[in-house]
Amino acid sequence: MTEAINAETLSATHILEYPYTRSVGPVIGRFLAGLRDRRIEGVRTAGGRVLVPPVEYDPRTGEPLSEFVEVGQAGVVSTWAWVAAPRRNHPLDRPFAWALIRLDGADTALLHTVDAGDESKMATGMRVRVRWRESTAGEIHDIACFEPEAS
Amino acid sequence: MREVAIVSFAQAPSVRRETERNEVEMLTPVIAEAIERSAISRKEIGFTISGSSDYLAGQPFSFVTALDAVGAWPPIRESHVEMDGAWALYEAWVRLQIGDVDSALVYAFGKSSPGDLGEVLALQLDPYYLAPLWPDPVSLAALQARALLESTGYTERDMAEVAARSRRDAQSNPNAQVASDFSVDDLLAEPYLVSPLRKHDCPPVSDSAAAVVLAAGDLARRVCERPAWVRGIDHRIDPHYPGVRNLAESPSAALAAREAGVGDAPVDVAEVHAPFSHQELILRDALGLDGRTAINPSGGALAANPVMAAGLIRIGEAARRIMEGNARRAVAHATSGPCLQQNLVCVLEGD
Repeated sequence: MTEAINAETLSATHILEYPYTRSVGPVIGRFLAGLRDRRIEGVRTAGGRVLVPPVEYDPRTGEPLSEFVEVGQAGVVSTWAWVAAPRRNHPLDRPFAWALIRLDGADTALLHTVDAGDESKMATGMRVRVRWRESTAGEIHDIACFEPEAS
Repeated sequence: MREVAIVSFAQAPSVRRETERNEVEMLTPVIAEAIERSAISRKEIGFTISGSSDYLAGQPFSFVTALDAVGAWPPIRESHVEMDGAWALYEAWVRLQIGDVDSALVYAFGKSSPGDLGEVLALQLDPYYLAPLWPDPVSLAALQARALLESTGYTERDMAEVAARSRRDAQSNPNAQVASDFSVDDLLAEPYLVSPLRKHDCPPVSDSAAAVVLAAGDLARRVCERPAWVRGIDHRIDPHYPGVRNLAESPSAALAAREAGVGDAPVDVAEVHAPFSHQELILRDALGLDGRTAINPSGGALAANPVMAAGLIRIGEAARRIMEGNARRAVAHATSGPCLQQNLVCVLEGD
């Protein structure tokens, strides 16, 4: 009986879109423009911490931030997660790691991917280096991924 | 503060896929049951508020459609939050403090099954740095789990024990979705989903709805034998970007717990909204709960996790234990955002 009811359930594909246009502003805009030029910039707080990626306001104090600092293109993995089966929208189409990466000169960590090939190559504290996308466009995807730094 | 109590709670059983009924059809009997149990007539309810997400329903202003479940007459004073229903309950509690109305209906609904939660929940992330990478909730939780495992003494076995206990307790909850007696060793033998998380560390995909009726002072005493009084309620938020905070702890949950007065007296039962097993470990510490408190006797979000309703259900489950006379002091918690970013804590007491 239940089978019969289910078989008659109507269904239809529904495509949902939220086609908003956003402006990125003076801080995020500068970071993204830096990526286009293969440069990674953070912002320094009054307390001296360098936030990467930069934000317009200090998350601790709410003070507006505007002092930009270029940081390194390599850094340290502070935590990671191994994706054995990437989802269709993930940045890499082969097994990869998500990682929080504290770039040299930064006090906070950037979320991105590490193309390590195998989970056994991943460890907290390992050093990774940015791999730029062939052609950059001023977006987070200009960083294709990170890769383990040759030791 | 004006005394406000939960006087009734109702929920739909959580299911993996509700194919036959839309949101209004799921809500209608739940709201009717909550109002009937409250012994307050529908036309006397002073304020109505819901929590839900258009991104789940796949249509703008879906909460307006859901109002059909409340009824078209008489006209009502109504509000909505694009959040878990626990935050709708907070707004209702604030509304009752004004003093001109004495009761409120709070409801929440979430049908997660029509879409893909891994993609839908990525859309709650900041649209410049995070969302374009599509980090799904399991991946973000896995980053948090490893941060916890590597900076504390907690182990994957501790996580599996949370999952096994939750699903074992869920066997006595007719509204739970995943209820079974798993052995911890068997769970640990399973492969990783997104390491260090295994399937059992993650919540099920659930469709459900829930409703709570609040009443103030004398009205609560008149309609309910054992009202669950809201003695403290507070919600706090941590920075959104996961790389700017220590994911192994939850300062906002700890602050909300302190402001709500969790530690002022022993807690008989706590219903914490921990969709991932390791998050219960973080929350136990943040809320200061120890072995004297029964944690998630309902099975919690690991047994049923209807997005947008699971937090309100934690409050309802905690209140139910007081209303049924099985607890004197209870704590309920709800979370929102990636990696326990935002947290609400509510302390409930019987007379």
